[in-house]
Amino acid sequence: MSKCVERIYNGIIKENPTFVLMLGMCPTLAVTTTASNAIGMGLSTTAVLVFSNLLISLLRNIIPDRVRIPAYIVVIASLVTIVQLVLQAYIPSLYSALGIYIPLIVVNCIIMGRAESYAAKNGPLESAFDGIGMGLGFTVGITCIAIVRELLAQGAFFGFEFIPEDYHITLIGLAPGAFFVLSVLTALQNKFKMPSATNGSVPQSKLACGGNCMSCSGSACSANHVALEEVRQVELAKAAEAKKAAAAAAAAKKAEMAAKKAAEEAAAQAAPAAAKKDAE
Amino acid sequence: MGKLFNVSASPHVRSKDSTQSIMTDVCIAMLPATAFGVFQFGVHALLVVIATVLGCVVSEYVYEKIMKKPITITDMSAVVTGMILALNMPWDIPLWIPVLGSVFAIVIVKQIYGGLGQNFMNPALAGRCFLLLSFAGKMSSFTMDGWTGATPLAQLKAGESVDVMAMFIGRIPGTIGEVSVIALLIGAAYMVYKKVITLRIPVTYIVTVAVFAFLFGQHDLTYVAAHICGGGLIFGAFFMATDYVTSPITPNGQIVFGVLLGILTGLFRIFGGSAEGVSYAIIIGNMLVPLIEKYTLPKAFGREGKKA
Repeated sequence: MSKCVERIYNGIIKENPTFVLMLGMCPTLAVTTTASNAIGMGLSTTAVLVFSNLLISLLRNIIPDRVRIPAYIVVIASLVTIVQLVLQAYIPSLYSALGIYIPLIVVNCIIMGRAESYAAKNGPLESAFDGIGMGLGFTVGITCIAIVRELLAQGAFFGFEFIPEDYHITLIGLAPGAFFVLSVLTALQNKFKMPSATNGSVPQSKLACGGNCMSCSGSACSANHVALEEVRQVELAKAAEAKKAAAAAAAAKKAEMAAKKAAEEAAAQAAPAAAKKDAE
Repeated sequence: MGKLFNVSASPHVRSKDSTQSIMTDVCIAMLPATAFGVFQFGVHALLVVIATVLGCVVSEYVYEKIMKKPITITDMSAVVTGMILALNMPWDIPLWIPVLGSVFAIVIVKQIYGGLGQNFMNPALAGRCFLLLSFAGKMSSFTMDGWTGATPLAQLKAGESVDVMAMFIGRIPGTIGEVSVIALLIGAAYMVYKKVITLRIPVTYIVTVAVFAFLFGQHDLTYVAAHICGGGLIFGAFFMATDYVTSPITPNGQIVFGVLLGILTGLFRIFGGSAEGVSYAIIIGNMLVPLIEKYTLPKAFGREGKKA
């Protein structure tokens, strides 16, 4: 599997942002009332994610480390503004349905998370494919939730209503319903042991940390592990060198001390002799 | 010394109470209210009760079977949940709604958190609120003797006068179990007599509501009496707020809990948008129980208190 295909597989299945990473919960809860809204939101986010990953990856060696977050936000906000204007011009119905949640893509943690954990450390091509994978994963995730919610709360499938109004469960259409549906779908995914980074029984890679992403605070893609391993090697070498230097310094000091002591002894022997000479 | 002594760890004296016996007592205590509801509203009310209880028991059995857990339907707790949920329904509700509510109550609220003793919220009330939010129209239209009328609390809210004596006996529209104060009090007296509940939570709860209604509502004793007898207050105070799992076990905590519920109910009824607020008050109170218990933990015997 080439690196780019692996990124897409990783985004959709293994580290699905909705069901595994649990990122981007705000749009997940807010726009999943109908399936078409969810697809619109997912694709808008995908577009922003691909280009932000690409740009940030290209700029990763120019952006100073200390101001990287503001720099990322400038890049992401510009892209979101472009997407917003495009939607307003060409798909006004989706624009009005999504409302405030389009500008809020700027602070979607999937985009920030991928910029910080992947695009800032990898090449442009892989980063762009990571964006595609993560974006599609997000789209698939929220669309699954939206299909269930639309079915239960509005008795409809992509706007085609076929369950009479008496049987609509209004609560599923409200915010708590989004939590219920999300948690039940995640539970099912864990129950059937779908391949994912958080399923303990899935065969794990031979990484330094055991590849267990549940105990990992950062994003844990294999490229990061390679980078981490490199840093560790460099640090080990540095530590060894420092130890050597310290040992050398200690030896030198010891030698110096010995020389000093010898000189003092010599002086002490010389002093009485000199006194004797004086007395005479 | 030819005789072997039987050595065992304490406790050596156990009471005969079990989950099953206590839950059965609660069921028996709810029978007068159920009987009154059926007598007043007709056979469909009985069907609602049976459907809800069956829904709870069957969903508990099916869930435990699927999850390969020990089957606990014989401890009667699912029956109690079903009865409380059913008594919170209008009598003319289509039967699938209470069944859906009982599945939600048992599977989502009770079993997913670990079954009896682990649920952080009263399952029956959570099921009721789920239905109330989902099917607002059907859950809050109350008919009696062929006409649809506002409940006394809604009338009070609209500034009309109500007949407190009818409310005490139960000749009012409302849910199946909450209408008759006298039948509920008979059941409550049975539970107190059997020492299933203590009076701390119900009494502080009801007194707080009364004081709140007097202070912030109208300075009128009829108004206060109507607030006590109206809606689900008596039913909630004796049967739902006293649920062992979701109420504090410390004596002081129970008093704090009762006062808290009273204030919340008063707020919802007098300043809130809808006329009734007992269900929401109790489930919000349920979620504060761990906090209340943490701060009202009594000193262990033999320990000195911290000097202030």
